[in-house]
Order: sequence, then C-alpha cells, then structure tokens
Amino acid sequence: MDATDRRIVNALQDGVAPTERPYRDAARRLGLTEEDLLARLERLLEEGVLTRFGPMFDVEKMGGAFCLCAMSVPEADMARVVAALDARPEVAHNYERDHALNLWFVLATDREDAIRPAIESIEAETGLAVLDFPKRREFFVGLRVQA
Amino acid sequence: MTMTGSMSAHTAPGAPRRTGKARAAERRPPGAIDALDRAIIRATQAGLPLSPDPWATIGAEVGAPGEEVRRRIEAMLARGIIRRIAAVPNHYALGLTANGMSVWDVDDAHIARLGAAVGALDFVSHCYERPRRPPQWRYNLFAMVHGTTRAEVEKKVARIAALLGPHARAHDILYSTRIIKKTGLRLGP
Repeated sequence: MDATDRRIVNALQDGVAPTERPYRDAARRLGLTEEDLLARLERLLEEGVLTRFGPMFDVEKMGGAFCLCAMSVPEADMARVVAALDARPEVAHNYERDHALNLWFVLATDREDAIRPAIESIEAETGLAVLDFPKRREFFVGLRVQA
Repeated sequence: MTMTGSMSAHTAPGAPRRTGKARAAERRPPGAIDALDRAIIRATQAGLPLSPDPWATIGAEVGAPGEEVRRRIEAMLARGIIRRIAAVPNHYALGLTANGMSVWDVDDAHIARLGAAVGALDFVSHCYERPRRPPQWRYNLFAMVHGTTRAEVEKKVARIAALLGPHARAHDILYSTRIIKKTGLRLGP
C-alpha cells in the first residue's frame, strides 16, 4: 500500500456521489485519473485491504431488520456450525470471539418478521441455542478508520 | 424501525384529500422497495462494478437503462435505504488487529444518557443498547473499540469505565479471534 492507496482508502470511506461517472469524479477529487483509481480499487479489493466497495444498505429502511446473535459452540462442532452459517445468505457477518459465547453473527433480512424463523432454523440445523440481541437503541455507528 | 418521518408526512394537517388509489399506495410500508430496486440491490450487494459507467453495467444485468439505475440509486440514497456508496476497509489489513467488543452492565435508569456519552467518544465505532439475556448474559451496552494492540484497546476501555463510573456494575471485552464472514447484506432467493 502506498500513500495514494491510503488516500483512496481514507477518502472513499466517506462515499462517492452517484454521478454519471462516479469513478472519474472521485478520481478528480483525489488528483488521479479514472483509470488509475479503478485499477487501484481492483487491487485493494484483491489484496483484501478493502472487503468491499459499493452501496451500504440499511435493511431497516427497506422494511427489514438486523439482529446480533450469539452461540456457545463446542470446539469440536465449530467447523460444522461455521459451514452451516456460511451457507446462509441472511448471515451478514460472523466473528469468532474469546468468550463462552464464542460465535457472534449478524442476521440481515429484508423483512422484519424473517429474523425469528431464521434463528429457529439455525437452532434446528445446529442443535445449539441461539441468543438474540436486537438493538434497543443506537447511540453511534460508523467510525472511519485511518489507513 | 425508523419510519416516523414518512408516517408523519402522510398525516400532516392540511394535506390534500387523497384519491382511493393514493390511499392504497400509503398502505405500502414507507420503506418498501419495488422489483427494480430489489434487482439493483441484488446486482450491487457484492459491490459496485469497477467500470467507468457502473450504472450501464448494472442496467445490462437488471434489464433497465443505466440512467434509470443511477436515478434509482440516487433515490435509495435519499430515502436512507443506501447509507452511502463507500469503501469498507478490512481492519486487520490496516493493522487494527485488536478488535474488542466491550460490553457493559449499565444501570437501566441511566443508559440513555450514558450510552449517548459512550457513543460520542471518538474511538468508539459502534454503540448500542441491547437486551440482557440472563443467566448467560448480563450486559446491556455494547461499544466496539479497535486498536493495533490489545493494550491500546484496554486503555480506551478504561476511559469508558471512567466515564460510566459506578453506573457500570460489570464489564468485559470480547476480542474477535477470527473474521469468518463479512459480506454485508445478501438478499435471499
């Protein structure tokens, strides 16, 4: 990653405008050519510096829901449970954490009433209990990190 | 669900009388998306195409003109369905290898004020009130803290502890030891 890559990562966390040529306009603000910006974005995604570049959706605004969930998974079962969650499109994020509740994942569904059946289906498939932690209040979301 | 804005617009005093058709449209949830919106979301959930005219690329996939796709995206941004079109960095790749979910058992009588204060700290990236799940889980405030080392995370967590004072009865830090999946929204079939 060079200095230009860092500038791109920092600047593009704030978003680009949906103009007719969004990459050309974003590149212009960064003093780059459209071609250079596209090539660098492709490489940053390939190298895993960026996990994604694109629209960030708020499922709640389209009538859906998010729900943080946790499970306590025995080590011997971990690979099986991880594979089961990986295969589900409604699992948006999944992290292993160092706690008795060692698997923490986020369900995202485009209908609010789809969360409960998803949880029940995961419990049935894995044979393990799922604790759900729907948000009650959101105090802050969205720190930008410095590259 | 945060639909208050659109709901109140529908019941504004002095609003013109509506036809039967308009009333039927109102019964649609305010956040509802139509088939084309949905197709565009599907086509972009893995990312925006890396081409000079990404709207045309998406349009070819969803069977709509590029300009229509662009206008739909613009409208979804205005409605908050799209928060922004942005880069999502991998914290690990940027050297932020210590990612701690700090969790707090905060006096319910003070959580609104204290949660807002914790969320306002410049190093807290996400902050939510969530339900307790006794007996396994006593914590009701979640604040994500990132650092290059665990010592750095712990220093930041100590600042949260100082801010909460005696209103926090207990806390813990759950470090992520593996990112298994970080895809964001994927609409099901």
